[in-house]
Amino acid sequence: MRFRERYIAADSPLHRLDARVKLVVVLALIVIVALTPERAWPAYPLYWALLAALAAVGRIGALRLARAAALALPFALAALTLVFTTPGASVVQVAGLTATDAGLARFAAIALKSWLAAQAALLLALSTPFADMLWALESLRVPAALVHIVGFMYRYLYTLTDEAARLLQARTARSAAALGRRAGGHLLWRAQAAGGMVGSLFLRSYERSERIYAAMQARGYTGQPAPLDAPPLRCAAVLAGIGIVATAGTVLLLALLWWSG
Amino acid sequence: MIAISAMHIPDGFLSVPVALLGWALLIAAAAVALRQTGRSLGDRQLPLMGVLAAFVFAAQMINFPVAGGTSGHLIGGALVAILLGPWAAVLVLASVLAVQGLLFQDGGLLALGFNAFNMGVIAAFVGYAIYGWARRLLGDTPASRFAGAALGAWLSVMAAAAATALQLAVSGTVAFEIVVPAMLAVHALIGIGEALITVGALAFIRVARPDLIGAESGQAAAAGSGWVAAGLVIALAVALASPLADPNPDGLERVAEDHGFIEAAQDAPFTVIPDYAVPGIENEALATMAAGVIGVIIMAALGFGLARLIRRRAPESAAS
Repeated sequence: MRFRERYIAADSPLHRLDARVKLVVVLALIVIVALTPERAWPAYPLYWALLAALAAVGRIGALRLARAAALALPFALAALTLVFTTPGASVVQVAGLTATDAGLARFAAIALKSWLAAQAALLLALSTPFADMLWALESLRVPAALVHIVGFMYRYLYTLTDEAARLLQARTARSAAALGRRAGGHLLWRAQAAGGMVGSLFLRSYERSERIYAAMQARGYTGQPAPLDAPPLRCAAVLAGIGIVATAGTVLLLALLWWSG
Repeated sequence: MIAISAMHIPDGFLSVPVALLGWALLIAAAAVALRQTGRSLGDRQLPLMGVLAAFVFAAQMINFPVAGGTSGHLIGGALVAILLGPWAAVLVLASVLAVQGLLFQDGGLLALGFNAFNMGVIAAFVGYAIYGWARRLLGDTPASRFAGAALGAWLSVMAAAAATALQLAVSGTVAFEIVVPAMLAVHALIGIGEALITVGALAFIRVARPDLIGAESGQAAAAGSGWVAAGLVIALAVALASPLADPNPDGLERVAEDHGFIEAAQDAPFTVIPDYAVPGIENEALATMAAGVIGVIIMAALGFGLARLIRRRAPESAAS
C-alpha cells in the first residue's frame, strides 16, 4: 500500500497557470457552486461544461475528472435521509418510507454540488505540483510557519507511510494464517498490537524529527525558514483567472435571477 | 485507497455561512496555536510539527480487523494531544486535514475549516482535558493515565462526530433526527477502536521512551485552554441555535413541520411513514437522546473549561 500523488505531470496551459491564480480560482468556483440555489437545474450542466473545458485544456480529460470526483459521492448517503424527511408531495414509496419531490430535489442538488466541487478541487490537485501549492499558499498570506509545517509534512509523508507499510508487512509476516485457522488473537489483542505499532511509528517519527532538526542546525538553521520563491504574477494569468471566475459567476447570476424558482 | 471517513465533510454539504464560520474558528485557533508552539518549541517547531503531521497521516494506515470485513484505525486527535500538548496537536492535525483536502480530496476545501476544527481543535482539547482531569482526579498513576487516555480518546471521537453531524444538520444537508443519532452510534464504536489504539500506543511509548510521556504536562496547555473550551461551547451553542434562524426549517423544527404536514394532509391516505405513530415517537426519542448526549458533551466541556480556568487562576495569583 503506497500513497500515490494525484498530480499528473503534463505541459498544458492549466499546468502552467500560476498556482496562486489556480488556488483562488478553485476556491471561488467551489464557493460559487455552493451559493447556487438548489433548484437552478440549468446551472449544473453549465458548471460541469466549464470544469470539463478546463480539464480538456489541462489534458486531464473531462470523463476522467468526473470519475475521479465520484469518490466524494459515498458521503451523499448521509444526505439521502433528506429524501424522506423533507416535507413535500409524495413521489414514490420505498420500504415503507415516502420520498418527497422536495426531498429528492434537495438530495440531487447536494450530490451534484458535492460532485462539482470535488472536480474543481481535483483540477487543482491534478495540475499543480505540491511545491507550487506551498509558495502559492505563502504568497496568499497563509502564515509562513504553517506553510512550512505542511511542507515538512509533505516531504516526509511518503517516508513515513512507507514506514507504516513496513510495519504492516511485518505484522502480516509474523501472524501468518494457516489454512482453516484464523490468524491473530481476539479483538482486544489485535487492537493492542495496532496500538503498539502506532506507538512504535510515533517513536520512529519523533526520533526522525530530532535527526532532521540536528541536520538543519548543522546546516545553519536559525529558526527562520527561508521564504519560498514565488515567480512574478503575470497579467495574463490574472486575466485568465478572472475570466474563469467571471464565467462561473455569470452562471450563478443567471441562477439567482431566473432559475431559482 | 483512502477510506472516506464519515467525519471528512466534502464540499457541497456545508452551507456557505456555516463553512465560513468554520474557517473563522480554525484561523483563530491556528493563530493561537502557532504562537503557543513557537514559544514552547522554538526553532524545533517546524521540523517536529511537520514530521509528526506526516506521522498521523501514516498512523491512520495502521488498521486492525474488527468484524465482518470492517477494520478500525486511529484518528489521532487525543493521542497527539496527550503526547505533545493540545496546541501542538492543533497544528499537527490541521496540517493533516489540509494535506488530505488539498492533495487527496479527503474532505472538501470550503469544508476544510470545520473539518480541521472538528478533528483538530475539538478532538485535541477534549482528549487532552479528559486525560489531564483523570490524572488530577485519580492521582498520577499509570492506571489513571491510561483510563484518562481511553476515555479522552473515546470522547474526542464522539465530540468531533457530534460537531460534524450538527454542522451538517445546521447546513440543512442531512436530516438531523436521523443523522445525529446515527453518527453518534457509529462513532461510539469507532471511538472504542480509537481508545484501544491510543492506550496501546501510550503503553508502548511508556516502556520504550518514558521521558516522552509526562514531559508535556502543563507546558503548552497552561495558557488559555479554559477559554478555548469556552469557545468550543459557544461554537456548539451557535450551531445548535442557528437552525432557529435558518430560513429552511431544520432538525427538530422539521419534525414538527412534518407532523403539521401530516395532519394537514388528511385526505391523502398515505403518511410519511405508514404506521407513523411508533416511528414518530421513536424519532423523537432518538432526537431527544441525541440532544441529551450533545448537551452532556457541551456541559462536560463547559465544566472542564471552568474547572481549568479556576484552577489556573488560583496558583497563578498565589505565585505572583
